Amino acid sequence: MPSVLHVSNLGKTFTLHQQNGVTLPVLSEINFQLEAGECLILRGRSGAGKSTLLRALYGNYLPTDGSIRVRHAGAWLEMVGAPPRSILAARRSTLGYVSQFLRVIPRVSALDVVTEPALARGVDPEKARRRARSLLDNLNIPERLWRLSPSTFSGGERQRVNIARGFMVDWPIFLLDEPTASLDAANRGIVLELIAHAKKRGAAMIGIFHDEAACEAVADRYLEMGAQPAYQKTGETKYACGTNFQ
Amino acid sequence: MTLSAISFSPETAARQFLPVSDPDDSMPILSVRDLTRLYGPEKGCQNVSFDLYPGEVLGIVGESGSGKSTLLAALSGRFAPSGGTVRYCQTSGEWLDIYATSEARRRQLFRTEWGFVEQNPRDGLRMGVSAGANIGERLMAQGARHYGDLRAAGLQWLSHVEIDPARLDDFPRAFSGGMQQRLQIARNLVSSPRLLFMDEPTGGLDVSVQARLLDLLRGLTREFSLSVILVTHDLAVARLLADRLMVMRRSRVVESGLADQILDDPQHPYTQLLVSSILQT
Repeated sequence: MPSVLHVSNLGKTFTLHQQNGVTLPVLSEINFQLEAGECLILRGRSGAGKSTLLRALYGNYLPTDGSIRVRHAGAWLEMVGAPPRSILAARRSTLGYVSQFLRVIPRVSALDVVTEPALARGVDPEKARRRARSLLDNLNIPERLWRLSPSTFSGGERQRVNIARGFMVDWPIFLLDEPTASLDAANRGIVLELIAHAKKRGAAMIGIFHDEAACEAVADRYLEMGAQPAYQKTGETKYACGTNFQ
Repeated sequence: MTLSAISFSPETAARQFLPVSDPDDSMPILSVRDLTRLYGPEKGCQNVSFDLYPGEVLGIVGESGSGKSTLLAALSGRFAPSGGTVRYCQTSGEWLDIYATSEARRRQLFRTEWGFVEQNPRDGLRMGVSAGANIGERLMAQGARHYGDLRAAGLQWLSHVEIDPARLDDFPRAFSGGMQQRLQIARNLVSSPRLLFMDEPTGGLDVSVQARLLDLLRGLTREFSLSVILVTHDLAVARLLADRLMVMRRSRVVESGLADQILDDPQHPYTQLLVSSILQT
Protein backbone atom coordinates (compact mmCIF):
# COMPACT_ATOMS: atom_id res chain seq x y z
CA MET A 1 0.00 0.00 0.00
CA PRO A 2 1.23 3.55 -0.70
CA SER A 3 2.72 5.56 2.10
CA VAL A 4 0.55 8.51 3.18
CA LEU A 5 2.39 10.02 6.13
CA HIS A 6 6.10 10.47 6.93
CA VAL A 7 7.10 11.77 10.33
CA SER A 8 10.80 12.31 10.95
CA ASN A 9 12.72 13.63 13.96
CA LEU A 10 9.59 15.29 15.25
CA GLY A 11 10.09 17.20 18.47
CA LYS A 12 7.83 19.37 20.59
CA THR A 13 8.88 21.38 23.62
CA PHE A 14 6.46 23.70 25.37
CA THR A 15 7.91 26.90 26.78
CA LEU A 16 5.64 28.42 29.39
CA HIS A 17 6.64 32.07 29.49
CA GLN A 18 4.05 32.93 32.13
CA GLN A 19 5.47 30.29 34.48
CA ASN A 20 9.07 31.47 34.71
CA GLY A 21 9.85 30.19 31.23
CA VAL A 22 9.72 26.56 32.32
CA THR A 23 10.23 24.18 29.38
CA LEU A 24 8.41 20.89 28.93
CA PRO A 25 10.03 18.56 26.40
CA VAL A 26 7.10 16.33 25.43
CA LEU A 27 8.12 14.82 22.09
CA SER A 28 11.56 14.17 20.71
CA GLU A 29 12.92 12.16 17.81
CA ILE A 30 9.58 10.72 16.75
CA ASN A 31 9.97 8.76 13.51
CA PHE A 32 7.39 6.66 11.70
CA GLN A 33 5.63 6.14 8.39
CA LEU A 34 2.08 5.18 7.75
CA GLU A 35 0.55 3.39 4.79
CA ALA A 36 -2.97 3.53 3.42
CA GLY A 37 -5.24 0.99 5.13
CA GLU A 38 -2.97 0.73 8.17
CA CYS A 39 -3.79 1.53 11.80
CA LEU A 40 -1.02 2.67 14.14
CA ILE A 41 -1.83 2.77 17.85
CA LEU A 42 0.02 5.20 20.13
CA ARG A 43 0.86 3.65 23.48
CA GLY A 44 2.30 5.18 26.61
CA ARG A 45 1.32 6.38 30.03
CA SER A 46 -0.66 9.53 30.59
CA GLY A 47 1.56 12.52 29.77
CA ALA A 48 3.72 10.57 27.31
CA GLY A 49 2.68 12.95 24.53
CA LYS A 50 0.16 10.85 22.62
CA SER A 51 -2.42 13.62 22.24
CA THR A 52 0.34 16.17 21.64
CA LEU A 53 1.53 14.08 18.71
CA LEU A 54 -1.97 13.89 17.22
CA ARG A 55 -2.42 17.64 17.61
CA ALA A 56 0.96 18.31 15.98
CA LEU A 57 -0.04 16.08 13.06
CA TYR A 58 -3.23 18.11 12.67
CA GLY A 59 -1.34 21.42 12.73
CA ASN A 60 -2.94 22.44 16.01
CA TYR A 61 0.36 22.33 17.91
CA LEU A 62 3.48 23.85 16.41
CA PRO A 63 6.36 21.33 16.29
CA THR A 64 9.72 22.50 17.61
CA ASP A 65 11.76 20.31 15.25
CA GLY A 66 11.42 17.78 12.51
CA SER A 67 9.10 17.17 9.63
CA ILE A 68 5.55 15.94 9.02
CA ARG A 69 4.84 15.13 5.41
CA VAL A 70 1.28 14.29 4.41
CA ARG A 71 0.13 12.85 1.09
CA HIS A 72 -2.34 15.56 0.09
CA ALA A 73 -4.00 16.25 -3.27
CA GLY A 74 -1.58 13.98 -5.11
CA ALA A 75 1.58 15.50 -3.64
CA TRP A 76 3.56 15.63 -0.41
CA LEU A 77 2.70 18.54 1.84
CA GLU A 78 5.20 19.51 4.53
CA MET A 79 2.97 20.49 7.45
CA VAL A 80 5.75 22.00 9.57
CA GLY A 81 5.98 25.64 8.54
CA ALA A 82 3.13 25.41 6.00
CA PRO A 83 0.99 28.54 5.58
CA PRO A 84 -2.42 28.39 7.33
CA ARG A 85 -4.31 28.00 4.07
CA SER A 86 -2.34 24.86 3.15
CA ILE A 87 -3.03 23.30 6.55
CA LEU A 88 -6.71 24.18 6.23
CA ALA A 89 -6.80 22.63 2.74
CA ALA A 90 -5.23 19.43 4.14
CA ARG A 91 -7.85 19.38 6.91
CA ARG A 92 -10.62 19.87 4.39
CA SER A 93 -9.74 16.94 2.20
CA THR A 94 -7.07 14.73 3.79
CA LEU A 95 -6.85 14.82 7.58
CA GLY A 96 -9.82 13.93 9.76
CA TYR A 97 -9.69 14.36 13.53
CA VAL A 98 -12.06 12.46 15.78
CA SER A 99 -12.04 13.18 19.48
CA GLN A 100 -14.40 12.73 22.36
CA PHE A 101 -14.99 16.43 22.83
CA LEU A 102 -17.31 18.58 20.79
CA ARG A 103 -16.89 22.34 20.64
CA VAL A 104 -20.47 23.49 20.59
CA ILE A 105 -21.48 26.50 18.53
CA PRO A 106 -24.69 28.11 19.75
CA ARG A 107 -27.63 27.78 17.37
CA VAL A 108 -25.98 25.26 15.04
CA SER A 109 -28.04 22.05 14.95
CA ALA A 110 -26.58 18.59 15.51
CA LEU A 111 -27.43 17.72 11.91
CA ASP A 112 -25.53 20.77 10.61
CA VAL A 113 -22.55 20.05 12.88
CA VAL A 114 -22.32 16.57 11.36
CA THR A 115 -22.94 17.65 7.76
CA GLU A 116 -20.43 20.49 7.72
CA PRO A 117 -17.23 18.59 6.75
CA ALA A 118 -18.97 17.17 3.69
CA LEU A 119 -20.29 20.57 2.61
CA ALA A 120 -16.80 22.06 3.01
CA ARG A 121 -15.61 19.45 0.53
CA GLY A 122 -18.34 20.35 -1.92
CA VAL A 123 -20.57 17.28 -1.49
CA ASP A 124 -24.14 17.73 -2.70
CA PRO A 125 -26.09 19.02 0.35
CA GLU A 126 -28.97 16.57 0.02
CA LYS A 127 -26.61 13.63 -0.22
CA ALA A 128 -24.57 14.94 2.71
CA ARG A 129 -27.67 15.27 4.88
CA ARG A 130 -28.72 11.73 4.00
CA ARG A 131 -25.42 10.37 5.21
CA ALA A 132 -25.49 12.58 8.33
CA ARG A 133 -28.95 11.25 9.23
CA SER A 134 -27.80 7.66 8.81
CA LEU A 135 -24.74 8.24 10.98
CA LEU A 136 -26.75 9.94 13.74
CA ASP A 137 -29.30 7.15 13.55
CA ASN A 138 -26.60 4.48 13.75
CA LEU A 139 -25.00 6.17 16.71
CA ASN A 140 -28.36 6.16 18.49
CA ILE A 141 -28.99 9.90 18.60
CA PRO A 142 -32.80 10.20 18.72
CA GLU A 143 -34.23 11.96 15.68
CA ARG A 144 -36.03 14.55 17.82
CA LEU A 145 -32.58 15.94 18.78
CA TRP A 146 -31.19 16.37 15.27
CA ARG A 147 -32.62 19.85 14.78
CA LEU A 148 -31.36 21.09 18.16
CA SER A 149 -27.99 22.57 19.06
CA PRO A 150 -25.87 20.03 20.97
CA SER A 151 -25.34 22.68 23.67
CA THR A 152 -28.22 21.07 25.59
CA PHE A 153 -27.12 17.46 24.97
CA SER A 154 -25.63 15.09 27.52
CA GLY A 155 -21.88 14.40 27.42
CA GLY A 156 -22.38 11.03 25.75
CA GLU A 157 -24.69 12.48 23.11
CA ARG A 158 -22.22 15.24 22.29
CA GLN A 159 -19.45 12.68 21.96
CA ARG A 160 -21.51 10.63 19.52
CA VAL A 161 -22.44 13.73 17.49
CA ASN A 162 -18.73 14.47 17.24
CA ILE A 163 -17.97 10.92 16.11
CA ALA A 164 -20.66 11.17 13.44
CA ARG A 165 -19.01 14.39 12.28
CA GLY A 166 -15.60 12.70 12.25
CA PHE A 167 -16.82 9.86 10.04
CA MET A 168 -18.89 12.08 7.78
CA VAL A 169 -16.37 12.05 4.94
CA ASP A 170 -13.90 9.47 3.69
CA TRP A 171 -10.68 11.01 5.02
CA PRO A 172 -7.52 9.38 3.67
CA ILE A 173 -5.95 9.82 7.14
CA PHE A 174 -7.81 9.64 10.44
CA LEU A 175 -6.44 10.94 13.74
CA LEU A 176 -8.40 9.25 16.53
CA ASP A 177 -8.09 10.65 20.05
CA GLU A 178 -9.90 8.14 22.26
CA PRO A 179 -13.07 8.08 20.21
CA THR A 180 -14.49 5.16 22.19
CA ALA A 181 -13.74 6.53 25.68
CA SER A 182 -16.76 6.33 27.98
CA LEU A 183 -19.11 4.92 25.34
CA ASP A 184 -21.41 2.02 26.21
CA ALA A 185 -20.73 -1.37 24.62
CA ALA A 186 -23.30 -0.99 21.84
CA ASN A 187 -22.04 2.42 20.72
CA ARG A 188 -18.41 1.36 21.07
CA GLY A 189 -19.17 -1.55 18.74
CA ILE A 190 -20.62 0.87 16.18
CA VAL A 191 -17.56 3.13 16.33
CA LEU A 192 -15.26 0.12 15.88
CA GLU A 193 -17.34 -0.91 12.89
CA LEU A 194 -17.00 2.58 11.38
CA ILE A 195 -13.24 2.38 11.89
CA ALA A 196 -13.02 -1.10 10.35
CA HIS A 197 -15.06 0.06 7.39
CA ALA A 198 -12.86 3.11 6.80
CA LYS A 199 -9.73 0.95 7.04
CA LYS A 200 -11.09 -1.47 4.48
CA ARG A 201 -11.67 1.42 2.11
CA GLY A 202 -7.97 2.30 2.48
CA ALA A 203 -7.93 4.97 5.16
CA ALA A 204 -4.79 5.22 7.28
CA MET A 205 -5.28 5.74 10.99
CA ILE A 206 -3.35 6.85 14.02
CA GLY A 207 -5.19 6.35 17.26
CA ILE A 208 -5.16 6.53 21.01
CA PHE A 209 -7.38 3.93 22.70
CA HIS A 210 -7.35 3.20 26.39
CA ASP A 211 -9.67 0.29 25.96
CA GLU A 212 -7.61 -2.88 25.29
CA ALA A 213 -10.37 -4.67 23.40
CA ALA A 214 -10.81 -1.68 21.07
CA CYS A 215 -7.04 -1.58 20.54
CA GLU A 216 -6.86 -5.20 19.52
CA ALA A 217 -9.82 -4.88 17.20
CA VAL A 218 -8.20 -2.14 15.09
CA ALA A 219 -4.41 -2.17 15.63
CA ASP A 220 -1.87 -3.17 12.97
CA ARG A 221 1.16 -1.67 14.68
CA TYR A 222 2.07 0.08 17.91
CA LEU A 223 4.23 3.11 18.62
CA GLU A 224 5.59 3.15 22.17
CA MET A 225 5.89 6.69 23.49
CA GLY A 226 7.60 8.40 26.40
CA ALA A 227 10.14 5.70 27.30
CA GLN A 228 11.86 8.24 29.54
CA PRO A 229 9.61 10.17 31.84
CA ALA A 230 9.57 13.64 30.32
CA TYR A 231 7.57 15.41 32.98
CA GLN A 232 4.61 14.86 35.23
CA LYS A 233 1.45 16.40 33.96
CA THR A 234 -0.10 18.53 36.64
CA GLY A 235 -3.35 19.70 35.13
CA GLU A 236 -5.56 18.57 32.31
CA THR A 237 -5.06 21.65 30.19
CA LYS A 238 -2.35 24.24 29.94
CA TYR A 239 -4.48 26.73 28.12
CA ALA A 240 -8.10 27.06 27.20
CA CYS A 241 -7.75 24.12 24.84
CA GLY A 242 -10.35 22.69 22.56
CA THR A 243 -10.17 19.56 20.54
CA ASN A 244 -12.70 20.32 17.91
CA PHE A 245 -11.25 22.58 15.30
CA GLN A 246 -14.20 23.94 13.44
CA MET B 1 -29.47 0.28 7.73
CA THR B 2 -26.01 -1.22 7.54
CA LEU B 3 -22.95 0.94 7.85
CA SER B 4 -21.69 0.08 4.40
CA ALA B 5 -24.93 1.25 2.85
CA ILE B 6 -24.46 4.77 4.13
CA SER B 7 -20.94 5.19 2.84
CA PHE B 8 -20.06 6.97 -0.39
CA SER B 9 -18.88 4.64 -3.09
CA PRO B 10 -15.56 5.74 -4.62
CA GLU B 11 -17.16 6.58 -7.98
CA THR B 12 -19.83 8.88 -6.55
CA ALA B 13 -17.27 10.39 -4.21
CA ALA B 14 -15.06 11.30 -7.13
CA ARG B 15 -17.99 12.89 -8.92
CA GLN B 16 -19.41 14.74 -5.95
CA PHE B 17 -16.28 16.21 -4.41
CA LEU B 18 -15.27 19.44 -6.06
CA PRO B 19 -11.57 19.54 -6.81
CA VAL B 20 -9.69 21.28 -4.05
CA SER B 21 -7.61 23.92 -5.75
CA ASP B 22 -3.97 24.04 -4.81
CA PRO B 23 -3.85 27.09 -2.56
CA ASP B 24 -0.34 27.93 -3.68
CA ASP B 25 -1.58 28.60 -7.20
CA SER B 26 -4.00 31.31 -6.18
CA MET B 27 -3.15 35.01 -6.00
CA PRO B 28 -3.64 37.05 -2.85
CA ILE B 29 -6.53 39.49 -2.85
CA LEU B 30 -4.66 41.93 -0.61
CA SER B 31 -0.92 42.34 -0.22
CA VAL B 32 0.41 44.50 2.61
CA ARG B 33 4.06 45.47 3.11
CA ASP B 34 5.68 47.34 6.01
CA LEU B 35 2.53 49.25 6.80
CA THR B 36 3.27 51.90 9.41
CA ARG B 37 1.21 54.63 11.03
CA LEU B 38 2.40 55.88 14.40
CA TYR B 39 1.01 58.55 16.70
CA GLY B 40 3.79 58.21 19.20
CA PRO B 41 6.32 55.62 20.30
CA GLU B 42 4.57 52.23 20.01
CA LYS B 43 1.19 53.94 19.45
CA GLY B 44 -0.46 52.91 16.20
CA CYS B 45 0.93 50.17 13.98
CA GLN B 46 4.32 49.53 12.44
CA ASN B 47 5.99 47.22 9.92
CA VAL B 48 2.94 45.09 9.28
CA SER B 49 3.26 42.75 6.29
CA PHE B 50 0.97 39.95 5.14
CA ASP B 51 -0.95 38.54 2.17
CA LEU B 52 -4.66 37.78 2.39
CA TYR B 53 -6.01 35.08 0.06
CA PRO B 54 -9.52 34.80 -1.42
CA GLY B 55 -11.97 33.30 1.08
CA GLU B 56 -9.63 33.74 4.04
CA VAL B 57 -10.80 35.24 7.31
CA LEU B 58 -7.97 37.02 9.12
CA GLY B 59 -8.50 38.00 12.75
CA ILE B 60 -6.47 40.81 14.34
CA VAL B 61 -6.41 40.37 18.10
CA GLY B 62 -4.75 42.20 20.97
CA GLU B 63 -5.66 44.39 23.93
CA SER B 64 -7.02 47.94 23.74
CA GLY B 65 -4.41 50.37 22.49
CA SER B 66 -2.34 47.71 20.74
CA GLY B 67 -2.99 49.32 17.37
CA LYS B 68 -5.68 47.00 15.97
CA SER B 69 -8.08 49.74 14.90
CA THR B 70 -5.33 51.95 13.49
CA LEU B 71 -4.14 49.01 11.41
CA LEU B 72 -7.68 48.32 10.20
CA ALA B 73 -8.16 51.95 9.20
CA ALA B 74 -4.88 51.95 7.27
CA LEU B 75 -5.68 48.62 5.59
CA SER B 76 -9.15 49.69 4.55
CA GLY B 77 -8.01 52.89 2.88
CA ARG B 78 -9.50 55.17 5.54
CA PHE B 79 -6.36 57.03 6.37
CA ALA B 80 -3.01 57.08 4.74
CA PRO B 81 -0.12 55.33 6.45
CA SER B 82 3.18 57.10 6.96
CA GLY B 83 4.98 54.21 5.29
CA GLY B 84 4.41 50.95 3.48
CA THR B 85 1.90 49.80 0.88
CA VAL B 86 -1.53 48.21 0.64
CA ARG B 87 -2.15 46.63 -2.74
CA TYR B 88 -5.48 45.16 -3.82
CA CYS B 89 -5.84 42.59 -6.59
CA GLN B 90 -8.79 43.76 -8.69
CA THR B 91 -11.29 41.42 -10.35
CA SER B 92 -9.39 42.04 -13.59
CA GLY B 93 -6.25 40.57 -11.99
CA GLU B 94 -4.46 43.92 -11.98
CA TRP B 95 -2.93 45.25 -8.78
CA LEU B 96 -4.08 48.56 -7.37
CA ASP B 97 -1.96 50.47 -4.87
CA ILE B 98 -4.67 51.81 -2.57
CA TYR B 99 -2.85 54.96 -1.51
CA ALA B 100 -1.35 55.72 -4.93
CA THR B 101 -4.67 55.67 -6.76
CA SER B 102 -7.15 58.54 -7.03
CA GLU B 103 -9.64 59.40 -4.30
CA ALA B 104 -12.43 58.73 -6.80
CA ARG B 105 -11.28 55.20 -7.53
CA ARG B 106 -10.85 54.53 -3.81
CA ARG B 107 -14.39 55.72 -3.10
CA GLN B 108 -15.69 53.55 -5.89
CA LEU B 109 -14.01 50.51 -4.35
CA PHE B 110 -15.53 51.28 -0.96
CA ARG B 111 -19.02 51.25 -2.42
CA THR B 112 -18.66 48.15 -4.52
CA GLU B 113 -15.93 45.56 -4.01
CA TRP B 114 -15.18 46.38 -0.38
CA GLY B 115 -17.36 46.59 2.71
CA PHE B 116 -16.81 47.93 6.21
CA VAL B 117 -18.85 46.86 9.22
CA GLU B 118 -18.48 49.37 12.05
CA GLN B 119 -18.52 48.39 15.69
CA ASN B 120 -21.33 50.86 16.31
CA PRO B 121 -24.06 50.30 13.70
CA ARG B 122 -25.04 53.98 13.95
CA ASP B 123 -21.72 54.83 12.30
CA GLY B 124 -22.32 52.44 9.43
CA LEU B 125 -26.02 53.03 8.79
CA ARG B 126 -27.91 56.06 7.57
CA MET B 127 -30.28 56.56 10.47
CA GLY B 128 -32.52 59.04 8.63
CA VAL B 129 -33.71 56.66 5.91
CA SER B 130 -35.57 53.33 5.94
CA ALA B 131 -34.00 49.89 6.25
CA GLY B 132 -34.82 49.30 2.59
CA ALA B 133 -33.08 52.52 1.54
CA ASN B 134 -30.03 51.56 3.59
CA ILE B 135 -29.79 48.27 1.73
CA GLY B 136 -30.51 49.84 -1.66
CA GLU B 137 -27.90 52.59 -1.41
CA ARG B 138 -24.96 50.61 -2.76
CA LEU B 139 -27.05 49.18 -5.58
CA MET B 140 -28.12 52.69 -6.58
CA ALA B 141 -24.48 53.81 -6.49
CA GLN B 142 -23.84 51.00 -8.95
CA GLY B 143 -26.55 52.28 -11.26
CA ALA B 144 -29.65 50.30 -10.19
CA ARG B 145 -32.71 52.55 -10.55
CA HIS B 146 -35.67 50.20 -10.84
CA TYR B 147 -37.77 50.62 -7.70
CA GLY B 148 -39.13 47.06 -7.81
CA ASP B 149 -35.64 45.56 -8.09
CA LEU B 150 -34.31 47.63 -5.18
CA ARG B 151 -37.29 46.65 -3.06
CA ALA B 152 -36.87 43.00 -3.96
CA ALA B 153 -33.18 43.13 -3.01
CA GLY B 154 -34.11 44.81 0.28
CA LEU B 155 -36.66 42.12 1.12
CA GLN B 156 -34.27 39.35 0.19
CA TRP B 157 -31.42 40.74 2.27
CA LEU B 158 -33.59 41.39 5.30
CA SER B 159 -34.58 37.74 5.41
CA HIS B 160 -30.96 36.77 4.74
CA VAL B 161 -29.89 38.52 7.93
CA GLU B 162 -32.95 37.22 9.78
CA ILE B 163 -34.94 40.45 10.01
CA ASP B 164 -38.68 40.28 9.36
CA PRO B 165 -39.13 41.60 5.77
CA ALA B 166 -42.22 43.48 7.01
CA ARG B 167 -39.74 45.92 8.64
CA LEU B 168 -38.44 47.10 5.22
CA ASP B 169 -39.93 50.59 5.55
CA ASP B 170 -39.00 51.06 9.22
CA PHE B 171 -36.17 53.36 10.21
CA PRO B 172 -33.06 51.80 11.79
CA ARG B 173 -33.66 53.69 15.02
CA ALA B 174 -36.73 51.50 15.56
CA PHE B 175 -34.48 48.42 15.51
CA SER B 176 -32.66 46.79 18.42
CA GLY B 177 -28.84 46.91 18.54
CA GLY B 178 -28.53 43.36 17.22
CA MET B 179 -30.95 44.08 14.36
CA GLN B 180 -29.10 47.29 13.48
CA GLN B 181 -25.87 45.35 13.30
CA ARG B 182 -27.48 42.75 11.01
CA LEU B 183 -28.91 45.54 8.86
CA GLN B 184 -25.43 47.06 8.57
CA ILE B 185 -24.12 43.69 7.38
CA ALA B 186 -26.91 43.42 4.78
CA ARG B 187 -26.18 46.98 3.60
CA ASN B 188 -22.54 45.98 3.03
CA LEU B 189 -23.10 42.59 1.44
CA VAL B 190 -25.80 43.61 -1.03
CA SER B 191 -23.19 44.74 -3.58
CA SER B 192 -21.41 41.34 -3.39
CA PRO B 193 -18.12 42.72 -2.06
CA ARG B 194 -15.00 40.57 -2.27
CA LEU B 195 -13.35 42.01 0.80
CA LEU B 196 -15.01 42.91 4.08
CA PHE B 197 -13.48 44.78 7.03
CA MET B 198 -15.08 44.39 10.43
CA ASP B 199 -14.27 46.29 13.62
CA GLU B 200 -15.50 44.41 16.73
CA PRO B 201 -18.77 43.45 14.99
CA THR B 202 -20.22 41.88 18.14
CA GLY B 203 -18.75 44.48 20.52
CA GLY B 204 -21.75 46.20 22.05
CA LEU B 205 -24.21 43.32 21.90
CA ASP B 206 -25.75 41.02 24.52
CA VAL B 207 -24.28 37.54 24.64
CA SER B 208 -27.40 35.86 23.24
CA VAL B 209 -27.53 38.36 20.36
CA GLN B 210 -23.78 37.89 19.77
CA ALA B 211 -24.19 34.16 19.24
CA ARG B 212 -26.85 34.75 16.61
CA LEU B 213 -24.76 37.33 14.79
CA LEU B 214 -21.65 35.15 14.88
CA ASP B 215 -23.54 32.22 13.48
CA LEU B 216 -24.89 34.46 10.72
CA LEU B 217 -21.46 35.90 9.90
CA ARG B 218 -19.92 32.45 9.84
CA GLY B 219 -22.54 31.28 7.37
CA LEU B 220 -22.30 34.37 5.15
CA THR B 221 -18.49 34.37 4.90
CA ARG B 222 -18.61 30.75 3.74
CA GLU B 223 -21.63 31.10 1.47
CA PHE B 224 -20.12 34.05 -0.43
CA SER B 225 -16.47 33.00 0.11
CA LEU B 226 -15.71 36.49 1.35
CA SER B 227 -12.23 37.56 2.32
CA VAL B 228 -12.50 39.19 5.71
CA ILE B 229 -10.24 41.20 7.99
CA LEU B 230 -11.75 41.23 11.45
CA VAL B 231 -10.59 43.17 14.49
CA THR B 232 -11.67 41.75 17.81
CA HIS B 233 -10.43 41.55 21.38
CA ASP B 234 -12.70 38.54 22.00
CA LEU B 235 -10.69 35.36 21.44
CA ALA B 236 -13.82 33.20 21.33
CA VAL B 237 -15.07 35.29 18.40
CA ALA B 238 -11.64 34.96 16.77
CA ARG B 239 -11.69 31.16 17.15
CA LEU B 240 -15.15 30.88 15.70
CA LEU B 241 -14.71 33.15 12.69
CA ALA B 242 -11.03 33.40 11.79
CA ASP B 243 -8.84 31.06 9.74
CA ARG B 244 -5.70 32.95 10.72
CA LEU B 245 -4.77 35.34 13.48
CA MET B 246 -2.34 38.20 13.91
CA VAL B 247 -1.61 39.11 17.54
CA MET B 248 -0.76 42.78 18.10
CA ARG B 249 1.01 44.33 21.01
CA ARG B 250 2.32 47.88 21.31
CA SER B 251 1.92 48.60 17.59
CA ARG B 252 3.70 45.44 16.39
CA VAL B 253 2.50 42.04 15.22
CA VAL B 254 4.11 39.67 17.73
CA GLU B 255 2.72 36.38 16.41
CA SER B 256 0.68 35.16 13.47
CA GLY B 257 -0.54 31.85 12.11
CA LEU B 258 -3.39 29.35 12.00
CA ALA B 259 -6.14 30.50 14.39
CA ASP B 260 -6.56 27.34 16.46
CA GLN B 261 -2.80 26.84 16.68
CA ILE B 262 -2.28 30.38 18.01
CA LEU B 263 -5.01 29.85 20.60
CA ASP B 264 -4.08 26.30 21.68
CA ASP B 265 -0.28 26.52 21.38
CA PRO B 266 0.69 30.21 21.60
CA GLN B 267 4.42 30.84 21.29
CA HIS B 268 4.96 34.48 22.23
CA PRO B 269 4.92 35.41 25.93
CA TYR B 270 2.25 38.05 25.30
CA THR B 271 -0.02 35.62 23.40
CA GLN B 272 0.38 33.08 26.19
CA LEU B 273 -0.67 35.73 28.68
CA LEU B 274 -3.65 36.72 26.51
CA VAL B 275 -4.83 33.13 26.06
CA SER B 276 -4.30 32.06 29.66
CA SER B 277 -6.29 35.06 30.87
CA ILE B 278 -9.55 33.77 29.39
CA LEU B 279 -12.03 32.64 31.98
CA GLN B 280 -13.09 29.09 31.28
CA THR B 281 -16.74 28.25 31.52
